[in-house]
Amino acid sequence: MPKKSGRDGGARRAKSRSGELRTVGHNVARAEGVEKVTGAARYIDDLVFDDMLYGATLRSTVPAGRIVAVEKDPQFDWTGFVFVDHRDITAPGRNAVAMITEDQPFLAVDRVRHQAEPIWLVAHADRARLAAGLARITVRYEKEKAQLDFETATEVLKEIAIKRGDLDAAFARADVVVEGTYRTGAQEQLYIETNGVIAQPGAGDHADGITVHGSMQCPYYVVRALRVLLGLPEAKVRVVQTTTGGGFGGKEEYPSVLAGHAALLARKAGKPVKMVYERHEDLIATTKRHPSIITHRTAMKKDGTILGIDIDLRLDGGAYVTLSPVVLSRAAIHATGPYRADAVRIRGRVMMTHTPPNGAFRGFGAPQSQFAAEVHMDRIAAELGIEPIALRRKNLFNTGDVTATGQKLHDSVAAHEVLDRALARHAIATKAAAKARGKTAAKGAVKGAVKGATKNGAAANGAPLRGTGLALFFHGSGFTGGGEVKLASKAGIALTKDGVQLLVGSTEIGQGTRTMHAQIVAESLGIPYDMIDTADPDTARVPDSGPTVASRTCMVVGRILQRAAEKLRAQLGDYDDGKSFKKRARKLLEARGTVEVIEEYERPGDIVWNDTTYEGDAYGAYAWGANIADIEIDPISYQARCTHFTAVIDIGKAIHPILAEGQIEGGTLQGIGWALYEDVVMRDGKMHNASLTNYIIPTTLDTPPITVEIVEHPYKNGPFGAKGVGECPIDGPAAAIVNAIRAATGKRLDAVPATPERIMKALV
Amino acid sequence: MKLKLHVNGAKHTVEVAPMKRLLDTLREDLALTGTKEGCGEGECGACTVLIDGAAVNACLVPTCQVEGAEVRTVEGLASDGRLHRLQRAFLDNGAAQCGICTPGMMMAALALPKKSSLEQIRAGLAGNLCRCTGYMKIYDAVAQFLAGEKR
Amino acid sequence: MIAAADLTVQRPRTLKQALQLLRDASAENQPLTPMAGGTDLFVTLNMGQRPSARYLDLWAIEKLRGVEATGKRGLVFGALATYTDCIESKAVHKRLPILVDAARQVGGVQIQNRGTLAGNIENGSPAADGVPVLMAADATVVLRSIDGERRVPLAAYYHGYRKTERRADELIVAVEVEVPDGTQRFDKVGTRAAQAISKVVMAAVGHRLAFGSVAPTVVRARALEAYVEAGGRDVAEAQRLALEDARPIDDVRSTAEYRRRVVANLVAAWLGGLDKPPRTR
Repeated sequence: MPKKSGRDGGARRAKSRSGELRTVGHNVARAEGVEKVTGAARYIDDLVFDDMLYGATLRSTVPAGRIVAVEKDPQFDWTGFVFVDHRDITAPGRNAVAMITEDQPFLAVDRVRHQAEPIWLVAHADRARLAAGLARITVRYEKEKAQLDFETATEVLKEIAIKRGDLDAAFARADVVVEGTYRTGAQEQLYIETNGVIAQPGAGDHADGITVHGSMQCPYYVVRALRVLLGLPEAKVRVVQTTTGGGFGGKEEYPSVLAGHAALLARKAGKPVKMVYERHEDLIATTKRHPSIITHRTAMKKDGTILGIDIDLRLDGGAYVTLSPVVLSRAAIHATGPYRADAVRIRGRVMMTHTPPNGAFRGFGAPQSQFAAEVHMDRIAAELGIEPIALRRKNLFNTGDVTATGQKLHDSVAAHEVLDRALARHAIATKAAAKARGKTAAKGAVKGAVKGATKNGAAANGAPLRGTGLALFFHGSGFTGGGEVKLASKAGIALTKDGVQLLVGSTEIGQGTRTMHAQIVAESLGIPYDMIDTADPDTARVPDSGPTVASRTCMVVGRILQRAAEKLRAQLGDYDDGKSFKKRARKLLEARGTVEVIEEYERPGDIVWNDTTYEGDAYGAYAWGANIADIEIDPISYQARCTHFTAVIDIGKAIHPILAEGQIEGGTLQGIGWALYEDVVMRDGKMHNASLTNYIIPTTLDTPPITVEIVEHPYKNGPFGAKGVGECPIDGPAAAIVNAIRAATGKRLDAVPATPERIMKALV
Repeated sequence: MKLKLHVNGAKHTVEVAPMKRLLDTLREDLALTGTKEGCGEGECGACTVLIDGAAVNACLVPTCQVEGAEVRTVEGLASDGRLHRLQRAFLDNGAAQCGICTPGMMMAALALPKKSSLEQIRAGLAGNLCRCTGYMKIYDAVAQFLAGEKR
Repeated sequence: MIAAADLTVQRPRTLKQALQLLRDASAENQPLTPMAGGTDLFVTLNMGQRPSARYLDLWAIEKLRGVEATGKRGLVFGALATYTDCIESKAVHKRLPILVDAARQVGGVQIQNRGTLAGNIENGSPAADGVPVLMAADATVVLRSIDGERRVPLAAYYHGYRKTERRADELIVAVEVEVPDGTQRFDKVGTRAAQAISKVVMAAVGHRLAFGSVAPTVVRARALEAYVEAGGRDVAEAQRLALEDARPIDDVRSTAEYRRRVVANLVAAWLGGLDKPPRTR
């Protein structure tokens, strides 16, 4: 690989730790890379089926109300239109999106509970006619009172409690009690490819079945949703993931809804139906990160020892339950941050509001709760007069410590190491930046192109306020508690005459699933990476490997594949290299016809969890992170800008260092966006800034140099020591930035996004 | 209306409404689906193509305005099955993750001045949103490509 | 989804043809909407709105392209002069460098390549980035119809939110600037560092001051200009006077309160630099 240069960020890669490994730890060619750089990759909107119709959704325009009538303009020419409403869902099918509960209908029956709720579906062969027709259907409502603000909401969708130790005693012993309340806003995943599917009547030999192609993270979630909606057995439902242009959680549960809609239209029309959302519709209708309000009360000893932590955490669930209970669970389990305390009480609730349901987004509740924890740590440090770093060091988890759920951390605890490395890297970057600034000032040449764009002209008159902030965090890999056991994920390997084919239901959504899984299998089989092929993610071909979420695809599914590879290796007997492998493979294939090894998740014996008391080993392993943000605030516009960002993350083992760095850099920037720019403005229960012009994500010029270092504390039950990487990086940036703003201004913000309007209010 | 277009060095005659977006003409009439739509409002740059060497958002260009101009899309980069050096650089550096912004990002990168500094790369790509990479790997790829161009 | 088939477009090759088409259409009470680079128009169309079904495509009229330097301080921008043209023009760099600043911040390179100053003016958005610069520089809009030409000061061009002086049979053929003396300054406070819509824009040339995004149109700060012209330098008074013309509202991108404070901050910074020697490039 070419050594990086030309930017002041840059990532350090672990070197010799790969040891003897030939594929794992190396930057092999991305499996589906060539298709992506040539434009040959087919995303859902690139596909056209014969005789295909386009589908659209008639949505509610009030946050709560009774549907009085739906009326089509009699003057309009409705030739060629297909309509679907809730009456088209017939037994044994059910009008319920199968998720944790079945409270959300695919199509509203007599009431709507949020803006943009689907009421009717319409299809036509011509998109312009379809749009014109949709505009000629009106819904009359009897409006009802809507509860839009979750802080004053009373209906609880889910409540959980975590208790450990004697909290009252801890507070009685405390020298100081520090209290703070923190808020985080909604965030849109903003995959650049919007949600889209094509549904087609029939599945394989089953004319009465259904096939759905689409952009998604979890094909088997879609299978289950379609089975419930249509009352079909699994054999009659086929789901194929197409190349997916980003997910970040936003394509975890929502594609089930969209696939259901397209399926209903396709079955009624007897033709394929394509539904691809335009950006506006994707923004107003699909899930966002849950807004939160979190209150901490911490019992402290004067010397900085945490005695007890009492947390009240509320999330805005929106109108239906969807995945909120598990988001809440992850938020609560991570709510202390990576700190020990003998007494902990965490009360978590998801509140119902008449707004579109919030849902999965990278981090899944942990970014919210750890934002509160880390901003609160700085508050404690200020109130006790202790250095924020020293305070953290005193309480950080070590091996052998016990978490809020009573989990004893046996191994792979890197909380201190990531902090040390982040401080070291930050010091180096700061020095380099100072040197570069000196050089640029002397040369004064290169600035031309961006001078205007990066700098407010006014900044020259008033010096910006500068500050540095720290955040430490951790993130459990895989499903919470007994989740993985319940999932019972399967994945496997089929022998081919040229190598092997992976049979895995995990999806490639940009994060590198295909490449990383192939590396694990190549290494385990001892054959070259290019002998590994991966089957298309088609539920007719690949087993259910569980959803592609929760930082589980490498650690959990990768481990299943590794075991399958080991088993296959044993079946093949001795071989030295790829060539002799092929010989053995062909022989075995001749003898048996097909050779497939499908393995199922096996719970590591030392993991114990109680789902009723919320006690035990919440996760097999945790990734550990440290962030340092350098920011400056323009005194004229109050705009905070991140000037440099340091991210050090322990992921156990980087199977593919460049891909892993990409996960860290990308997740970090999403965190920076959430911290500074991304603001979902709601009006009357509907996203009011539903465009890319007005929902602001970072451009290149808003992005600081990001220094990344990967730490590798191996986890014994992960493939080659690997833990999760996808989510951990987004848990820290918001707190690091808000702590930096505090350092720069002396003012508490306690909320994200830290928009200039908010910073102004704090300052004046 | 019949319009004559030059795309990736080839001549085409298409029968389209003159106000049809260039993006739609490329994708629907010429089957060049490598050019993507991310927003339809000129913010994300996923539909970036080159018109006479200048980067534009194909979602904001009526097809009639490119008559007589040379349009270049991502499909025009590789030749004879050999990847363009910029494509190679994107692969080597992990600059493509989900890949949806990649075609537009590469077309914008191609329009950069040959000796662009990092700051110029950042400014030149400011019209292309990427939600996966955090941009760092894209800078690496473009810098590697430009370094090769200089030689 | 754009129903492109429902939109008609005339594509004249010469200015004369264009003006005749405009006249004929306006006589039939079916006015044509002039279209240049389409960067504003197509956003509107993509959003499902249809400001007009009949367009006049100017893009092929070569005569309307480019930027020209005239005399010692003059600049003439053709109706099709793009932001990129401004950025690449040595004369603009020398004479009105803040227009280069504005052009670089107007959007990504893709927008700079297609967006035109004249389109920015005629579109009438109060958040236009180029317009405050031109207004502070006392620019003149040259309107032509088949009968002849008239010149309207840009500062008098707007009658209200997106309402302009142009008659249906007229076309902006050029924008002329005789750049006044004095320190230039441009500040864009947007939603982010690039591809941003302005929350507040301030442009100043000498004592002339214009604001964007703080009123239904881009406005000159006349009360403050008069005060400063008369030698006034008191910051608080200047801020008060600026807010007589800058009367921002709450919208989806920011609040009136924030905009007022930023205007005040900008005025203070501007006043502080006013009597210092002009910047050089």
